[in-house]
Amino acid sequence: MPRFHARVLISLRPSVLDPAGEATRAATGRLGVEGVSRLRIGKAVELEIEAPDADTARSRVELLSDRLLANPVIENWELELSQIVTNGASLSA
Amino acid sequence: MTIGVVVFPGSNCDRDVRWAAEGCMGIPTRFLWHEERDLSGLDAVVLPGGFSYGDYLRCGAIARFAPVLEEVAWFASRGGPVLGICNGFQVLTELGLLPGALTRNSRLHFICEPTGLKVHPGACRWLSDYGEAEAISLPIAHGEGRYQCEPATLEAMEQSGQVVLRYQNNPNGSVGDVAGLCNPTGNVLGLMPHPERACDSRTGGLDGQRLFASLLG
Repeated sequence: MPRFHARVLISLRPSVLDPAGEATRAATGRLGVEGVSRLRIGKAVELEIEAPDADTARSRVELLSDRLLANPVIENWELELSQIVTNGASLSA
Repeated sequence: MTIGVVVFPGSNCDRDVRWAAEGCMGIPTRFLWHEERDLSGLDAVVLPGGFSYGDYLRCGAIARFAPVLEEVAWFASRGGPVLGICNGFQVLTELGLLPGALTRNSRLHFICEPTGLKVHPGACRWLSDYGEAEAISLPIAHGEGRYQCEPATLEAMEQSGQVVLRYQNNPNGSVGDVAGLCNPTGNVLGLMPHPERACDSRTGGLDGQRLFASLLG
């Protein structure tokens, strides 16, 4: 059974206030780095899944992203999927 | 009359709810472990505060899949009274029994203090013993209580009278000063304040008592 590597990038929807991101942005200047005008904190979830083909793997991870990993009321998500080949490298799926 | 109190790994207000209901109000309770499915003999269900499943991923995100909640959702769909307090409110939104989501407080602090509220009972059966626009005080204790939803969702809930509890001095940045919401049929209430901590005169006010007393009416 082919194995796939998925990375789900979860971000707060633009309309949702991110106080933790704003506090972090305020700290950037204290390191002497000027000009950071926007900083938003999200999550990255990495998982591996076995599936007969890339389309099946994609639809299963999409379901997980929509129903578990992210809350669509406040969050958006993007999925990166690649097939894991035997020598450990991955192919974009 | 028996109230079921759901206990998740990480719940920490389950015993407070039991004390409020049984010790202060004389209403028997039964703890419901998160893996249970038997709600027989229960007249109401409370999802208590705490940090269910460690609040990993998001508050309430994993609790939502607990076996007991399938039964609670079914119980609610048949008009059974369901109350979600603090983490329980977060679980109700993740479960989709109430709209929106609870997010990080706007000033990032965990806030633990008494807070002034206005009650707008409408059709909410949990609040039937309070007067319209009555001012009460209940403790809050949360880091993620900033209620968030689409403006159209809030507008619709305002119109239908589902915004049943509002902060007088919005402590966490919630849209519409929302402290508590009811479903359209009035049997499901979610709120961030802790009514169970306002039932015993030794620990503060008594403004939470009528919420539990409404079940007896």
